Amino acid sequence: MLAELGHFALILALLVACVQATLPLWGAWREIAAWQALARPAAFAQFGLVALSFAALTACFVNNDFSVSYVAQHSNSLLPTVYRVAAVWGGHEGSLLLWVLMLALWTAAVAAFSFSLPQAMVARVVGVLGWVSVGFLLFILALSNPFERLLPAAADGRDLNPLLQDPGLIIHPPMLYMGYVGFSVAFAFAIAALMAGRLDAAWARWSRPWTVVAWLFMTFGIGLGSWWAYYELGWGGWWFWDPVENASLMPWLVGTALIHSLMASDKRGNFKAWTVLLSISAFSLSLLGTFLVRSGVLTSVHAFATDPKRGVFILMFLAVVVGFSLTLYAWRMPKVRMGQAVSLLSRETLLLANSVLLVVACAAVLLGTIYPLVIDALNLGKLSVGPQYFNAVFVPLMVPLLVIMVPGTVVRWRESQWSELLLRLRWVALAALGVGLAAPALAGEWSIGAAFGFFLAAWVVLGSVQHMVLRWRQPGQIGAAYWGMQCAHIGLAVVVAGITGVKSYEVERDVRMGVGDVVTIEPYAFRLQGMSEVKGPNYRAVRADVEVLKNGQPIDRLYPEKRRYFSTAMPMTEAAIDTGFMRDLYVSLGDPIDGPTPQWSMRVYYKPFVPWIWAGVLLMVLGGGLAAVDRRYRAASPRTETMPTGVAPQGGA
Amino acid sequence: MGAFNPSALFARLAVSMRLWGLGLAMVGVMLSPAVAQGPQPAGPGVAAPPTAASEPAGSLSAAPLASGQAVAAPTITLGPEAAPMTEEPVLEARLLKLSEELRCLVCQNESLASSRAELADDLRREVRDLLREGKSDQAVKDFLVERYGDFVLYRPELKPLTWLLWFGPFVLLLGAVAGLGWYLRQRRQLADTAPALSDAERARVDQWLKD
Amino acid sequence: MKKFLIPLVLFFGLVIFLALGLQRDPQAIPSPLVDKPAPAFSLPTLDPAAGAFSPAEMQGRVWLLNVWATWCVACRKEHPLLVDFAQRHQVPIVGMSYKEIQPQDVQAQGMDANAKLQFARERSQVWLSRYGNPYVLSVIDLDGRVGIQYGVYGVPETYVIDKQGVIRYKAVGEVTPAILASKVLPLIQKLNAS
Repeated sequence: MLAELGHFALILALLVACVQATLPLWGAWREIAAWQALARPAAFAQFGLVALSFAALTACFVNNDFSVSYVAQHSNSLLPTVYRVAAVWGGHEGSLLLWVLMLALWTAAVAAFSFSLPQAMVARVVGVLGWVSVGFLLFILALSNPFERLLPAAADGRDLNPLLQDPGLIIHPPMLYMGYVGFSVAFAFAIAALMAGRLDAAWARWSRPWTVVAWLFMTFGIGLGSWWAYYELGWGGWWFWDPVENASLMPWLVGTALIHSLMASDKRGNFKAWTVLLSISAFSLSLLGTFLVRSGVLTSVHAFATDPKRGVFILMFLAVVVGFSLTLYAWRMPKVRMGQAVSLLSRETLLLANSVLLVVACAAVLLGTIYPLVIDALNLGKLSVGPQYFNAVFVPLMVPLLVIMVPGTVVRWRESQWSELLLRLRWVALAALGVGLAAPALAGEWSIGAAFGFFLAAWVVLGSVQHMVLRWRQPGQIGAAYWGMQCAHIGLAVVVAGITGVKSYEVERDVRMGVGDVVTIEPYAFRLQGMSEVKGPNYRAVRADVEVLKNGQPIDRLYPEKRRYFSTAMPMTEAAIDTGFMRDLYVSLGDPIDGPTPQWSMRVYYKPFVPWIWAGVLLMVLGGGLAAVDRRYRAASPRTETMPTGVAPQGGA
Repeated sequence: MGAFNPSALFARLAVSMRLWGLGLAMVGVMLSPAVAQGPQPAGPGVAAPPTAASEPAGSLSAAPLASGQAVAAPTITLGPEAAPMTEEPVLEARLLKLSEELRCLVCQNESLASSRAELADDLRREVRDLLREGKSDQAVKDFLVERYGDFVLYRPELKPLTWLLWFGPFVLLLGAVAGLGWYLRQRRQLADTAPALSDAERARVDQWLKD
Repeated sequence: MKKFLIPLVLFFGLVIFLALGLQRDPQAIPSPLVDKPAPAFSLPTLDPAAGAFSPAEMQGRVWLLNVWATWCVACRKEHPLLVDFAQRHQVPIVGMSYKEIQPQDVQAQGMDANAKLQFARERSQVWLSRYGNPYVLSVIDLDGRVGIQYGVYGVPETYVIDKQGVIRYKAVGEVTPAILASKVLPLIQKLNAS
């Protein structure tokens, strides 16, 4: 019954979404206030219905209803309850429902927190979001229904993939989807503005907080995914340039360009065309990512089980949505008047450079990701594009970005002088150079790569610190957005330092250990104290007891495991990690080795600076959060701009 | 602000030097744990050659230390040092590096280094034998490409088929930078040739922009 | 202004490639050994009395090399087709038993090389007598080394080799009636005629 209820709620949600997508837009065009007013209630109603449907599916999982096909595929009666809930989004159908839930949530949020916006604008934004909802709901109901029955019901489920039975599954997809879907709001604002023919600074002002919040969720989601892969997969890697990872990185890169470009459009009315294009692109990349992950065109460990019909639907949806948006863009943009001229050294130019670098980096990632597909489609053979390509191409693009981050916050709008800039930054540059040269020598062997990486990180940190100190001394209020910006920039620098450190100085030992044996990575030692058998709720494991010593003193006990889940044949490694401020100690248990004495293969890693990667991501997320709650967004006054755009404003003010 | 003004310059210098000191202090604090405990790895990712199995581990006097650090703790014997999984660490290190560039053909996008598939084991064994015979990295790659095609390489070889891939981003960057320069120049020309605004008009424009 | 149309044009280019990509299998690896000489080898066969077999013995004839194993489910599916094909046409099929002994065959793990070979022989012969034997003979590649020389990455796989010992076609995965009728048979007829 619950499954049917959930199914029915979804059908109703589709109908409401159809209303939401048509009447308010028509009302905005024809100035019918009553129809415009339908936007908000429709958004709330859709959210309520989708939430109901999601709750129904969750209940099916928690109650072990194996007569629902999706539950039987991804759950098991022995699965702990918390993972039964997380298993709702462990497969394709359920994760799409989560996607739609997030979309409904964002739409409702826009409807709820937009009372200072003109009604016609709200009607258009919610209407555009309605179109996206219609597409996804149609897709779910037609091709990916999680409520399909399995008759006769299975006796027990196939169990959730053991790799997913982890706290990471509970939080990573929801956060990531909040980001993916969140960019649809910036998209909707841009489309609404294009439809209305009004691209004034107000549009950018409204769009900013929503975009920043979407961005911070995306940052958090990607960071979580990376961290999860790091501790879950057993060999300490955290980024593989896998197509699915790239699918999340691309909208993030464009989203970062977008939040910077929105700043220029908001404050100075510049770059409207570019900002609109970025708004459209960020969400388009989200949709493209959805296609790549679920259609089967690319091979990935993360890809969902695929079906060619699904791929065709998503591609058609993508073509329609993005094609329509870009057509609207090409039609409307020529009529919008451009901003003013700026000098070569100005904040506008540096922000544009920021955009250029991020977009080129995104294009490079896209090129590498789909190149095998393109070559295959042209019948020119089959090749692979792996991490070596992406690292070679992406890293050089990030270097100038990090360099201009500091002058970007220093130079003035419109025009700035080179001499002033150099004067202000020369000590920062020298100090950063000093850190860059000294740090590698302190951390281990000196290498030019490590020096350069630490130099860049120090450049950004010291530049931000100098900026903050100088700003502090000036009179006047400093908004939260300012601290947010500095926090996010410093966060990125910390990530860069972390990556540089771990890549340059990590040590791996691949050894065979008997009880009592020791592995030494100065000043740490790892001693195998014993082995035991452990029983979990749905698995059996062999557990090693490893004592960690530093300079001969015990500091920790680690318990890496090798688990055998009842449902699958593949054994799973649970690594054990001791995290410190400057390093991780990572122990991974392998297979037992035949021999006269019992021995096990073990991998022991010393990974310096790795915690900085996660800490840096958290700083970026915090920075985004601070920027989003700045007072000027919360008290945005209604804008009735009549700034000439060359097109008579349509719809209500 | 280009004029040379000594007193202003000195004032700025003072500010800069204080900031410089603050920054270095912060960085020093951040890195001091590294100074105190920095290990001496034998280079990134390479397993150090095994010490003789009978040598007790944890004896600080035998281990290399961070430069300038004095030996303080007494010798402690913790237990026998575990033997590495491999008898040929140099070979294995080379194998690891090489197999990170090779693709496991039957996996869902995994490298030969990390895959546990049976074919991956077989291919690693094959590569190990080739390396033992003294073949170069390129010879090993050629061997695999002859049998499995370009698909097996994660680093696409540079040939006409992949020129777009390898040069594309760089060309795009150059094009974008050139486009940016042209755009800025065009804007300035437009502004220069546009009729000058009267003061009243300029004030109105400023007001619009501020809103 | 035309420049605003550029994103749209680029996007549609992308969509076309993605649509083409939907019709492709990203996991299928074409063989670079087509139109190259079949690698030489010398392997024992299922018959303990017979000596080792080498592909040079098939010179002057067009033949098929079929990679199979008793543990392979898809092999069992394609097997009747091969039996039928062998009976119907005058094309010799040489089998290659690939990695017959698997990690889960615990009883075979402690054996020496000869015992392993014998174990593989017996199990394969039982399987063939049960499901039919389309092969003129079957070689045994226990450790998969010869398979690697042939670019084998899964079972079953089938090669068409011409009179001069050059590989002319490779089918990955089980052969279907369609593949046999449209690709394999015409090619064999063409090669036989030349």
